[in-house]
Amino acid sequence: MNGAWALADPLGMLSHAFMRDAFLAGTGVALASGLVGFFLVLRSQVFTGDALSHVAFTGALAALAAGVDLRLGLFVATVGVGILLGVLGPRGRADDVVIGSVFAWVLGLGVLFLGIYTTTRSTAGGNAGVSVLFGSIFGLSSSSAVDALVVGAGLSLVMVVAARPLLFATVDPAVAAARGVPVRPLGIGFLAVVGATAGEATQAVGALLLLGLLTAPAATAFHLTNRPLRAMAAAAVLALAEVWAGLTVGYVTGSIPPSVAIVTLAAVVYALVALATRPRRRAPVNAAPIIRQSVP
Amino acid sequence: MTTVASVAGLSGNPLTDLSDMLAYPFMVNAFRAGAAVAVVAGVVGWFMVLRRQSFAGHTIAVVGFPGAAGAAVLGLAAADGYVAFCVIAALAIAAVPPATRRAFSEESAVTGTVQAVLLGLGYLFVTLYHGFVSSVDALLFGSMLGITTGQVAELAVVAVCGVAAVAVLWRPLLLASVVPDLAEVRGVPVRLLSTAFLVLLGLAAAAASQITGSLLVFALLVMPAATAQRLTARPLAGVVASAAIGLVVTWAGLAVAYYSPYPIGFWITTLAFAAYLAAHLVALVRERRVRGGRSLRRPLVVA
Repeated sequence: MNGAWALADPLGMLSHAFMRDAFLAGTGVALASGLVGFFLVLRSQVFTGDALSHVAFTGALAALAAGVDLRLGLFVATVGVGILLGVLGPRGRADDVVIGSVFAWVLGLGVLFLGIYTTTRSTAGGNAGVSVLFGSIFGLSSSSAVDALVVGAGLSLVMVVAARPLLFATVDPAVAAARGVPVRPLGIGFLAVVGATAGEATQAVGALLLLGLLTAPAATAFHLTNRPLRAMAAAAVLALAEVWAGLTVGYVTGSIPPSVAIVTLAAVVYALVALATRPRRRAPVNAAPIIRQSVP
Repeated sequence: MTTVASVAGLSGNPLTDLSDMLAYPFMVNAFRAGAAVAVVAGVVGWFMVLRRQSFAGHTIAVVGFPGAAGAAVLGLAAADGYVAFCVIAALAIAAVPPATRRAFSEESAVTGTVQAVLLGLGYLFVTLYHGFVSSVDALLFGSMLGITTGQVAELAVVAVCGVAAVAVLWRPLLLASVVPDLAEVRGVPVRLLSTAFLVLLGLAAAAASQITGSLLVFALLVMPAATAQRLTARPLAGVVASAAIGLVVTWAGLAVAYYSPYPIGFWITTLAFAAYLAAHLVALVRERRVRGGRSLRRPLVVA
């Protein structure tokens, strides 16, 4: 990538097929991560997101070792472990020691698959492990970019449809349960969606960095507004802007990996917004209107 | 990632196999270093589990990776990088004010963001300085080869200091971990203790990273401790059991990895997880027998 030329003509980057694909895939990943991250932070389940992102590594390497499509292993592992962690816990949430023990072991399995892969198929590419961990969005094929966009849009749609009952079940689980909201199935279903989002985001920002895309835009949004639906929308918009900006930085510099640029931008925006909004004491998220509207 | 299956074969006689394995100085060093890190990780990890700080512990552990990568770029020893970054991360997490009644958990959002950014920084180091990309796997997943006698001595010092620190802080730390409100009333500096504990966790993680790699340290911190807490509610017995379980799974993992084509990290985590599941079964059976007895999940402290 020619840095000087790209600086002079930032829009010219869209004339490259790999950049168009990166923007397509990045859009799907960003929307899903922003919306799912909103609930992950609200429900204090960031550690579960952390666990599922590491599970993504194992799933991808298992698929590579078995010689099947990487995404098959990715989604089976993340959604499967997501549901497992939901089932293990009382309200569709597992204890953090259980989460930690399970994913530490799953990560060990990932090392096994990495070992198998590098000894049996390493001619295909010895860096597969590194690109799963840290992402390779500039290396996506056109068809997988479209797939990523479709999956991302689908996950976002699920979150938008489930937003009201899930918000109710999060803010006041006891009352929600009394009102007939299926709190436990919602919690388990949410973790399945978190798993799918982790699998989706792994392709773009990598298993180790996707946690930043899940947490930073959502936490930033909570500082910007205390109305839940607005904060949810803000998280998605912020994630989208940060992904696009990060892709541009990656393209323009040519030496900074786009995943690192995305995560760093998201963190910087979060830090600036948190500092700027610090003096005002903010009221907690105002869920009352949502509860009224979601009650049948 | 390297295994030594090519040089080893099982003879069938366990004693011969053991002496064969220990004839290699690097294996002897690996066993010694493994013992040191397993004990300190088991002891500190027991308190991490008790204090429900798994997420903080995991973050502190994995950010050793950018530290080691940065140290390699600067031409320093990986150990210096591990220590610097693990301790910095511990202080950063300790600096976030404790749960102000916000609508969302700011602490976990900050922890997750810090973790992702520092790991990204590590990857940036790796991509900007191409020379040592091949060692990324070793930094992340550990290696039992090439541990020098000097490193063993360093790790032993860290382990002794870590265990001694826990022994000195024992009563206040236990009280502050289980009933922080009561500890505060009794004049225990809860906030300071919390910071001190996180720094200790950082040092233990940095030490263990050198054997298990950044991504698998957490396994040695959480699984032996979780296993021990399932087995006994008594603090001292729990800490000793945690260190012992860590030691056994590390040594067994080293021995199995020596004779198998699969990596050390896989064996240690798998053996530790097997122990954890076994402890769950034991606890279930016991709880069924002692119906209505007190919960075995949380240690009982008589202050």
